[in-house]
Amino acid sequence: MATTQTPVPLRDTLRARARRLARLVTTPLVPGDYWSILDPLGSSTDLRGRVEAVLPETADAATLVIRPGRGWAGHKAGQYLRIGVDVDGVRQWRSYSLTSPPRPDGTVTITVKALPGGTVSRFLVHHLQAGTVVQLDQAAGEFTLPATRPAKALFVTAGSGITPVMGMLRDGADRLDDVVLVHSAPRPEDVIFGAELRGLAARGGLRLVERHTDVDGVLDPAELAVLVPDMTERETWACGPNGMLDALQDAYDAAGSGQRLHTERFRPALVAVGDGGTVTFTGSAVTAEADGATSLLDTGESRGVLMPSGCRMGICFGCVVPLREGAVRDLRDGQVTSAVPGDGVLVQTCVSAAAGPCQLDI
Amino acid sequence: MTTIQKQANNQIAHLSAEDIERIGVELDAIREQVIAGRGADDAAYIRRVITTQRVLEMGGRTVLLASLFPPAWFLGTAALTVAKILENMEIGHNVLHGQWDWMRDPKIHSTTWEWDHATPAEQWKHSHNQLHHTYTNVLGKDNDLGYGIMRVDEGQRWHPFHLGQPLWNFVNACIFQYGIAAYDLELGKNLAKSRRGAPEFRARVKQTLRKIGQQVTKDYVVHPLLSGPSAATTITANLTANFIRNLWSHSVIMCGHFPEGVETFERTSIEGETRGEWYLRQMLGSANISGSRLMHVMTGNLSYQIEHHLFPDLPSNRYQEIAPKVRDLFQRYGLSYTTGSLPRQVASAWKKVIRLSLPNNFFGHSEPVRPRGAAPAPVVMRVPNTPEAELVSTSSR
Ligand SMILES: Cc1cc2nc3c(=O)[nH]c(=O)nc-3n(C[C@H](O)[C@H](O)[C@H](O)COP(=O)(O)OP(=O)(O)OC[C@H]3O[C@@H](n4cnc5c(N)ncnc54)[C@H](O)[C@@H]3O)c2cc1C
Ligand code: FES
Repeated sequence: MATTQTPVPLRDTLRARARRLARLVTTPLVPGDYWSILDPLGSSTDLRGRVEAVLPETADAATLVIRPGRGWAGHKAGQYLRIGVDVDGVRQWRSYSLTSPPRPDGTVTITVKALPGGTVSRFLVHHLQAGTVVQLDQAAGEFTLPATRPAKALFVTAGSGITPVMGMLRDGADRLDDVVLVHSAPRPEDVIFGAELRGLAARGGLRLVERHTDVDGVLDPAELAVLVPDMTERETWACGPNGMLDALQDAYDAAGSGQRLHTERFRPALVAVGDGGTVTFTGSAVTAEADGATSLLDTGESRGVLMPSGCRMGICFGCVVPLREGAVRDLRDGQVTSAVPGDGVLVQTCVSAAAGPCQLDI
Repeated sequence: MTTIQKQANNQIAHLSAEDIERIGVELDAIREQVIAGRGADDAAYIRRVITTQRVLEMGGRTVLLASLFPPAWFLGTAALTVAKILENMEIGHNVLHGQWDWMRDPKIHSTTWEWDHATPAEQWKHSHNQLHHTYTNVLGKDNDLGYGIMRVDEGQRWHPFHLGQPLWNFVNACIFQYGIAAYDLELGKNLAKSRRGAPEFRARVKQTLRKIGQQVTKDYVVHPLLSGPSAATTITANLTANFIRNLWSHSVIMCGHFPEGVETFERTSIEGETRGEWYLRQMLGSANISGSRLMHVMTGNLSYQIEHHLFPDLPSNRYQEIAPKVRDLFQRYGLSYTTGSLPRQVASAWKKVIRLSLPNNFFGHSEPVRPRGAAPAPVVMRVPNTPEAELVSTSSR
């Protein structure tokens, strides 16, 4: 087959040359290291964003309006965003569901609930100042509405689990023919987006069932079946504590509708604990004692190792590192993976802990 | 100075093994305090220094585009010189020590940082962090003692070659960054016929040459070319900035371990060394420089060499804060804390280089006089509430 050469436009060649020249004058750094002083959002390789506002939602939740910098590829409602912030001088990354639909002004929002003792969530809700520049990663996640919208939809959420669903509702899910939202929160005033949801329901956009667990108790699938008798016939999106999601999954599986249920988890379900061991991060010349419950990711990070990470809960594989030697335990099921020198088995550091001495290639 | 173990009246003779371990426990406590208090202010400090350095550098280089005009040359060269010094001293050296790794910012991390220096960061980290900081002032182990070309201790054997060492030292000062690159490559040892062809050595030479190539291209080719008619004067500006930085960093580093009063150690003395003994060696093997805040920043806080050697990975901005505590510890245990102004320490170091270019006892007297007199009278106190068990566990580390 003959190939045709499309001439490269002159402007592109000039730009490429200018870039190469800029590299030569800025070595050993890159031009962006200097440029970002003037324009922190201008880098396309290091995605950053500026927090434009922090809006309180409830006593312990707030919405962050963020303007992502150059290189932001957009998102689909229901997806989440990884954000890196410096808390007490230390870079911390966490995931938060996007609560805004894709908007023409280019800003996005996330809504964070401060957890007792939570390093990042409390910082974002109570201390973050508008104007702060934060690190971002592209939106990710499969917890989205399909292109062909379902005729009947059910959303089951609890606490901060409303966030991805709010993103979908704001993106037009309320215009579906038949939408039910069953949301649990301790008290009426704890319902994040309470007023907006009640308004939507009043306008007929959806049927809203609010559960206040302080008086009603925790929702179980049997009660849900009473509230929404045709629940397993509905395309269902659920987000909340792992216990609730596990129970729902069992109920849908039992009804043969397992594939109709889509879940989003905010944290991994960790069960296994064993003996820890000495972890050596070979590339960083760091050695640490770790117990059997602390993830290799946390162990490395606490010693200043530049650990790659993503969702921090075992789904994205953004944290894998070669295990050079020794044994690690998967905290989700207790399975032990071991490697002999030269193996380099890839392990997910966010859900694995040392199971004896081990060496990681980082 | 002779290695401490060979001195008739050495300044650690009065310390018992328990005293030494207690010093270790006290120093560990100082370290823990700083680590517990590291936070947003420290992070803001290093980011501010980095931003200042980058603005100065780019500002200087921009002004130099008109370097044909003498005031522009002076202003641009001054800015570039200060930027280059900050880059190597307060930023590069300290980032490469891992002092800022705790921030977990991939842009300010010892594993990702590359500096404005002839030697590649990776090679420097090995020879400096792993060899020099581990074997500080141990004769035959710490090649920083005279960089393998000079005799800076009575315990080193004299050779007629050393007659020229004042000259070697001066030449090394002028081209210091290349001297360090050669030193990191262990050129002397590796150029011996048997090793010259070793693939590992050749790979490292290639890496260094590549780095030097990039540095030279930046300072002496691209920047001058961008200056157009000012090309020649931009070359002299870059030469000047690099030259002044060489002299400056050479002087600062000489002050760290060469002045009179700094102790050296026998190779055998570090076998089975405890944590306390390691600390003690760092305390006696280093010397500080006293001066203004600006001077400390320009030396990369290596003016707190003693504190730096005790805690190489603590953030440099904290050395100033812990110095009084460390000094108090020296006092209490009857050890001498070597410090002096920059001119005085530089002169002291040079005097040693010149004196030791001649064989020992050349002028007849046996031991050189201690310039800072005898160590203070020991006030050895027991640390209250230090359980014996803790001492044992520390010493067995
Ligand atoms: C895909 C995804 C989307 C997410 N979206 C949101 C969102 O929209 N809004 C939101 O507020 N959070 C969301 N999270 C959770 C968020 O990423 C953090 O885990 C949470 O904010 C806690 O971080 P922290 O640093 O404050 O707590 P940490 O300091 O990490 O933990 C403090 C304590 O809280 C416990 N803990 C950690 N996570 C949770 C949790 N989710 N629930 C209960 N206890 C927990 C820990 O075990 C620990 O004891 C999401 C997580 C994922 C994986
Ligand atoms: S960080 Fe996503 S799998 Fe580990």
